[in-house]
Amino acid sequence: MTGRLAAPPHPAPAGPVAGTPAALRRRYRLARLDIKASPYLFVSPYFLLFALFGLFPLGFTVWVSLHRWRLAGEKEWVGLDNFSFLLTYGPFWNSVVNTVAMFVIATVPQLLAALLIANALNRRMRGQLVWRLAILAPMVTSVVAVAVVFNQLYGLRYGMVNWLLGLVGIGPIDWRADSLPAWLAISSMVDWRWTGYNAMIYLAAMQFIPRDLYEAAAIDGASPRRQFWSITVPQLRPVIIFTVFVSTIGGLLLFTEPMMFDNGRFRGGSTGQFQTTTMFIVELFRDRNNYGMAAAAAWILFALIIIAATVNYLIVHRIRGSR
Amino acid sequence: MTTGITAATSRPGAAAPAATPPARRRGGRGRRSRAGSHQWEATPLTRLTLIVAIALSFFPLWWMIVIASRTNADATRFPPPILPGGNLWNNLRTALSDPSSHLVTGLVNSFIVASTVTFGVVAISTMAGFAFAKLRFRGRSALLVVVLLTMAVPLQHIGIVPLYIMMVELGWTNTLHAVILPFLVNGFGIFLMRQYALQAVPDSLVEAARTDGANTARIYWNVVLPALRPGMAVLALLTFMLNWNEFLWPLLVLDADNPTVQVAIRQLQQSNYSADFAMLFTGTLISILPLVVIFVAFGKQIIGGIMEGAVRQ
Repeated sequence: MTGRLAAPPHPAPAGPVAGTPAALRRRYRLARLDIKASPYLFVSPYFLLFALFGLFPLGFTVWVSLHRWRLAGEKEWVGLDNFSFLLTYGPFWNSVVNTVAMFVIATVPQLLAALLIANALNRRMRGQLVWRLAILAPMVTSVVAVAVVFNQLYGLRYGMVNWLLGLVGIGPIDWRADSLPAWLAISSMVDWRWTGYNAMIYLAAMQFIPRDLYEAAAIDGASPRRQFWSITVPQLRPVIIFTVFVSTIGGLLLFTEPMMFDNGRFRGGSTGQFQTTTMFIVELFRDRNNYGMAAAAAWILFALIIIAATVNYLIVHRIRGSR
Repeated sequence: MTTGITAATSRPGAAAPAATPPARRRGGRGRRSRAGSHQWEATPLTRLTLIVAIALSFFPLWWMIVIASRTNADATRFPPPILPGGNLWNNLRTALSDPSSHLVTGLVNSFIVASTVTFGVVAISTMAGFAFAKLRFRGRSALLVVVLLTMAVPLQHIGIVPLYIMMVELGWTNTLHAVILPFLVNGFGIFLMRQYALQAVPDSLVEAARTDGANTARIYWNVVLPALRPGMAVLALLTFMLNWNEFLWPLLVLDADNPTVQVAIRQLQQSNYSADFAMLFTGTLISILPLVVIFVAFGKQIIGGIMEGAVRQ
């Protein structure tokens, strides 16, 4: 590689070889222009696409949300009506409750399990890479694939989960009939896919904790468990905040798992018992042609994400303080 | 190139001497007797934790293979079968040849979409990452903040309503560029490439190339890109996997007879095969095969990339 790196400096001989002062000046001006303008050229593809497919839709959402907006129909200005309607609309809040519940049920055990797994992976062991790959294996599935398999496992009459529960005398549970069992089932799909990924992130950070800390704690007689909670976890705080943040965004936009759990429909069960807010939004504009209200719901969801991220940040931040 | 990744993974550690990954300290055996060192030995409990975790990780994948290689009756039999059967080829043939499933179209579309997005994201990210890391220009830090913000929020999902309206108005529904273009906006890639360029491309190299008369484009092509290659590989792998999995947007924009593979699976779930788990699982198995191949071939790099990204947050 060094050979290739060394190559570029040579081909354009600058200096005495080039002829007249005019040519020199022109080359100098070109070089100045290059230095001034090139950085913008290099970042422009991103910002162009960002403006078109990121910024414009975001702004346009505001515009749409202030209208009664039907595709290929009348667009009527309604001001904040969509918002005020949604704020007192049961099905909307139902979807918010489902979303937040599944986010909490999925995230808390997931991150705790990821910490434990990372701590276990952080030991001296043979075949380190194999262990890590095995833990990360769920990465090779798509969300849809996970949902298809779990959907079958959580079947009412022929699902393996109910069969196993039946062996110990529980059930059978209709996982789709009520909110709580559906939340648990859907959360287990989320956890299955993401625990190993988060474990890998924690593991990366654990390897940067100075070992002297542990040695000093051990001399002071701290048990491994104590060391884990008093050294490992506090040291990991920035990374924990990061994973909580990412999980918050992912969790509040949850869509695929609950949708596939209802055989690919947007309703989330007969009475929306596990309909998430994203499903609610999609149902509004795809099935009911109500783009204005869907846009308003998207904005409220966006606000909720920001609030949730802030709250989570504060909570995780507090843990640091109360050591 | 594999060594490049390993080097990249350990590079941040070079700054902090205490940061050597404990597991790599094979030489530190003498320290074992010292207080606290037993912390790093794998105990039976550690192994048990990992074995349980791995069993849980693999079980649904194994179950997918078991049922995909059997008949539907086996999926509902108790106690359930544990080993794969002999029906896999048969199921594969049916799944791929049945015109109503559109699995083949889905696979082709997903390949086109995921590869194009990957190529685009890598190109856009290396250019911008290089500019943010190595070029000086007015407004650089402000623009970088914008990139970091877009990294956190998946705009394609927040702005889904207007994006969809946009596609309808442009007449782009049921086209592949409708599912490609929005996903080229990827702040994470720029962030990753910027961090990589900061470390992999020494300033002196850029300066030297410039004194020798190379313009910025030439420096990018001949100096920066070769140095970024290991990082590009990781970004490409992660981007491909992410986009192979994309579901919501293609579901909305593409028609039923022209799906991506994820959408095709959903259609399979809603079709005549909805009650035929052997077929459903076979389709699902096909849909993850490219990911399995990538994971087996480049697992080490993917782990390196994930851990690398984590440390840099």
